[in-house]
Amino acid sequence: MVCDQCRERDAVVHLTQIVGQTVAQVHLCEKCAAERGIETTVAEPTHPLGDFLQAVQQQAAQLPGDAARCAYCGTSLRDFRASGRLGCAQCYGAFDQSLRELLRRVHGSTRHEGWRYEPQDASEGTAPDREGTLRALRDRLQRAIADEAFETAAAIRDEIRGLE
Amino acid sequence: MTLDLSLLPDGGLHWLIASGDHAGIVISSRIRLARNLSGFAFPARAREGERLRILQEVREAMPRLASLRDGAFVRVDECSAQERLLLHERHLVSRELAGVERKGAIPGAGGVIVTGDAGVMVNEEDHLRVQSFRSGFDIAGALRDAERIDRELGQVLPYAWHQEFGFLTACPTNTGTGMRASVLIHLPGLVLTQEVQKVLQGLQHMGLTYRGLYGEGSDVVGNYFQISNQTTLGRTEDELVDQLMRVVRRVIEREEEARRVLQRDAGYIIEDKLWRAYGTLRHARNLPAEEAMTLLSAVRLAAGLNLLSGLSVYTLNKLLIFSQSAHLAQAEGRPLTEGEANLARAKYVRQVLANEARHTG
Repeated sequence: MVCDQCRERDAVVHLTQIVGQTVAQVHLCEKCAAERGIETTVAEPTHPLGDFLQAVQQQAAQLPGDAARCAYCGTSLRDFRASGRLGCAQCYGAFDQSLRELLRRVHGSTRHEGWRYEPQDASEGTAPDREGTLRALRDRLQRAIADEAFETAAAIRDEIRGLE
Repeated sequence: MTLDLSLLPDGGLHWLIASGDHAGIVISSRIRLARNLSGFAFPARAREGERLRILQEVREAMPRLASLRDGAFVRVDECSAQERLLLHERHLVSRELAGVERKGAIPGAGGVIVTGDAGVMVNEEDHLRVQSFRSGFDIAGALRDAERIDRELGQVLPYAWHQEFGFLTACPTNTGTGMRASVLIHLPGLVLTQEVQKVLQGLQHMGLTYRGLYGEGSDVVGNYFQISNQTTLGRTEDELVDQLMRVVRRVIEREEEARRVLQRDAGYIIEDKLWRAYGTLRHARNLPAEEAMTLLSAVRLAAGLNLLSGLSVYTLNKLLIFSQSAHLAQAEGRPLTEGEANLARAKYVRQVLANEARHTG
């Protein structure tokens, strides 16, 4: 519907005027309505869904280190948020801050109070065996390649060469 | 690979014996401890080769562990679909590891060690899921069994451990103790008096949660509920178990109270309903799984109210497991369609109940 006054722009204000005994419908564009001194609240059409999506995107962009990856298994914080599952024990270190918040929210605490465990090789203070380290590094390398994380893969490859 | 159930100690079903406290209401108590081995990615992230190595390490460790030495080791991913379902129906293997709802691919290198009352799942969501069962209401006993296996395993296989966070698990909802303590409880009185929602909602305020008969994601059928701790971090294993025991004791009281109210206010209606359920089970020729669960629940209540004197809780527990599809197929010695299973179920239940009635006169 075009504006009754300028006959150019779309009418966005629909006014019912009662003058004496006659009732008249007036359709005006925003500009002409403003010229007549009619207040409009419809500044621009709103899209609730669009607003929502925008807010989500903004929030997502603000999440610190969302693209951060665990150097050991290649899981990113985004992967974790999507699946709710961590990739390996090292992820706990890689995503320390986000995990602390999550643990506090889920369990009301971040401190384990239950049975203690003495990791064997750490308790002896012995160096981890070379073969075991190499094996773990080769696994990491395979995962990094599968994830196309080539920078990480190159670093792991150098580490393996150093040990070999 | 053919799964020979006679090789499993007690078929992994010792907990059906109905010997524990409140065995009429609490079918079983269970502890599960989630553990991971240091130096490997968690199973979902690990490659097939890594998962196989984990399986191998656990298998090689078995002879050195007093608590698992005599257990049977089963490669779950090499079992047929029916055998996997059978292990799941026995609560020995989770639905994920058994691939119950998956068509085709199932998780690779999955295994389970079964001893009489306990076992270890390998390469489920975590590398290891130590589990122990006790008949009736005996969570503390189940915890002792699980602790023994855990200590032995942890001495041979280095666990993923964090000084502050405790035992590290794939899902942060299990971090810390990695422990889920649960009871499988039958609450028909609270369901019939429509009190059950109130009771279950109350659980959440006390750090507990509930699920259906087969754990996470399973439906509540036959008025069976699994009540378990919700959180795993910040409290000791004993504290978590104590809290669960305190609340379950209260739930048992509420259930007993509801049963008294039912008998007092609706005596003959309840009696009629329960005898009809028993009659159907004694004579039906076609018995779908869910109907069987509902009717067996009624008969269990009838036994609890001393309306049916000759039926032992052990028989009722056995019916609960052996009337399920994979068990019927195993007994028949061939795969069954759903329709065939319904006929086989009716026949099996009729036989068991007729037998029991004959023995008790």
